[in-house]
Amino acid sequence: MLIAALTLGTLTAVALHARGSATLGAADLGALRFTLLQAGASALLSVALAIPVARALARRSFIGRRLLIALMGAPFILPVVVAILGLVAVFGRSGWINVALITFGLPRVSIYGFQGVLLGNVFFNLPLAARLILQGWQTIPAEHFRLAASLEFAPADTFRIIEWPMLRAIVPGALLAIFLICLTSFAIALTLGGGPAATTVELAIYQAFRFDFDLTRAALLAAIQFALCAAATLASLKLSLPIATSGGLDRPVERRDAGAIALRIQDATALTLGALFLFLPLASVGLSGIGALPGLPMAVWLAALRSLGVAVVATGLTGLIALALGLSRSRGGSRLIELAGMTPLAASPLVLGTGLFLIINPLADPAALALPLTALTNAAMAMPFALRALLPALDQIEATQGRLADSLGLPLWARLRLVVLPRLRRPLGFALGLSAALSMGDLGVIAIFAGPHSATLPLQIYRLMGAYRMEDASGAALLLLIISLALFWFFDRGVGGDAKA
Amino acid sequence: MLRLEALRISRPGFDLTADLSIPKGTRTAIIGPSGAGKSTLLAAISGFQPLAQGRITWDGQDLAQIPPGHRPLSILFQDNNLFPHLTAEENIGLALRPSLRLTTGERQKVRAALARVGLEGLEQRRPAQLSGGQQSRIALARALLRARPLLLLDEPFAALGPGLRLEMLDLVREITMETGATLLMVSHEPTDARRIADLTILVSEGTAEPPKSTLELFADPPPALRAYLGN
Repeated sequence: MLIAALTLGTLTAVALHARGSATLGAADLGALRFTLLQAGASALLSVALAIPVARALARRSFIGRRLLIALMGAPFILPVVVAILGLVAVFGRSGWINVALITFGLPRVSIYGFQGVLLGNVFFNLPLAARLILQGWQTIPAEHFRLAASLEFAPADTFRIIEWPMLRAIVPGALLAIFLICLTSFAIALTLGGGPAATTVELAIYQAFRFDFDLTRAALLAAIQFALCAAATLASLKLSLPIATSGGLDRPVERRDAGAIALRIQDATALTLGALFLFLPLASVGLSGIGALPGLPMAVWLAALRSLGVAVVATGLTGLIALALGLSRSRGGSRLIELAGMTPLAASPLVLGTGLFLIINPLADPAALALPLTALTNAAMAMPFALRALLPALDQIEATQGRLADSLGLPLWARLRLVVLPRLRRPLGFALGLSAALSMGDLGVIAIFAGPHSATLPLQIYRLMGAYRMEDASGAALLLLIISLALFWFFDRGVGGDAKA
Repeated sequence: MLRLEALRISRPGFDLTADLSIPKGTRTAIIGPSGAGKSTLLAAISGFQPLAQGRITWDGQDLAQIPPGHRPLSILFQDNNLFPHLTAEENIGLALRPSLRLTTGERQKVRAALARVGLEGLEQRRPAQLSGGQQSRIALARALLRARPLLLLDEPFAALGPGLRLEMLDLVREITMETGATLLMVSHEPTDARRIADLTILVSEGTAEPPKSTLELFADPPPALRAYLGN
């Protein structure tokens, strides 16, 4: 309820303010158009590129396959600023690609503007799309490929009769999922976009705050953003979005139809390019950051401590609320509870941030509360993912052990301690790890609230980048990456590890 | 003639040898305890299980280099013999053309095959709209249309009730008699073997014995078969 109240309350605040006399300027309409355009193009490009990668992963077994698949899950918990620094190092003005282009007398490519935003979005969403589509491939029973082999299918027949129907079922959901994610594109647009031609609505909200301090316009934009996300989310309910899970992707299906040399080359190319695209930017952050790590300024270390605090608080909140919501849902509560937990999906961080600001502004100085507010928003944003991890497990526990626990008359606390938690460790650890890493790397609401001395680590990195202190930015990015992964690992393994049964 | 020459199949914790021949046009049952390797033997013949040693020949031709779909055989698996998203007609049509671009003549053949297994009029049904017995008939109709000289059955009727299973076995016998196909079927029901198989191969303790006359075998069971039959 708290989450729903937070979401709905902030939305009400947004709506009340948006009623004011402000009108939408040409720039705002441009932002709306750009948001839709970049989200659509990013979704199409990510999915189109992901299909050959997923296909190659589905039908090849090679050393490092599991590692590659695991890495493809990493962008989800990868702080956006870290990836952007890496992308700039590879594709930026003096990045590897441009150096190569100039060597061959070709014109530079720019990483900023529309193509930059696209690049950033594809970097994050291609792996997601590849995992979703790979899951689709692996829902095809191995027996179908066996049957195809026994019936003398050519590769084209296998595609048309077995693979195409799967793609037709999976791809629309994957497109929409990525479209939704890209609708709220903020950090990527902030760093790689900007300017009148490449501003998302989310970024426009931030600019209305920071540059114009035009609360009415910010509220109006937030209302637009919410309408946009809500419409897309509603559409997605009909399509039942695919969910990326961590398990079950480690089994390449034995295939007899893919032995041809041309297909081998095609798959090897898709895998190599895909792996390089993901790996090179991260490697470059690691390489250039490692030297700067010891000499990082004090401000960076302080920011890291702040971020750590925010992440821990947000994770605790997420865990408690998700458990409470999940338990009441799985024990026969209405689906409304689940829906309440999912509402943040439709609200973007900056919409929540705007609402919170509007609510708190008359009462207190929002900048003084920057860190608690960030933790609260982070917890809300992580809630849908936490619930998705916990609910199926809770339902299963209830279905298999619920009656036994009932028949023994276990009181709630004993039930939780003896029946639920031991079997919930894995999804709970995963949910907490996810929430911690997401919060650690979040560059969203903090950008609105933060004063000069309350920056979190991602914001600090953004400021360093803005000041062209790329050395320090890389070092700080490496630090952020290490802390994020360590947090995820700590919760996922520490809480979820060696689960019994 | 199907020959398994000095065949050995190895998997971790599993070893099966066979050295035997099966004459053309016969119907042979493969029986033995579960886990003995009955299905594995069929998988080896159909090309889904690599051999550790030895070779498999049909009419003197080594099958080793031939991919499963090109071998002179049709196989019905224990389950998943039909694509759930294709209609009965399409599932059968795969026998003629995996691209499913069928000519009118081919379409007629599909209908005839469907009629032969007693399912005329059900062309447009999907597997989920058919009973288990009807699904088996569709798979049989496809095998009929593929008209390969060898028919391998890996207990495709195991999930059917006893009455229905015997009905299907009778249909199999009729079809193999009409087409002259050589039948090789896995079964864990001795009654099945006695009902339609002239010959029986006993698989136990890591060996597939050469086929023996079913009648004689059951009249005087060797110790391994006796242990399996439980008396």
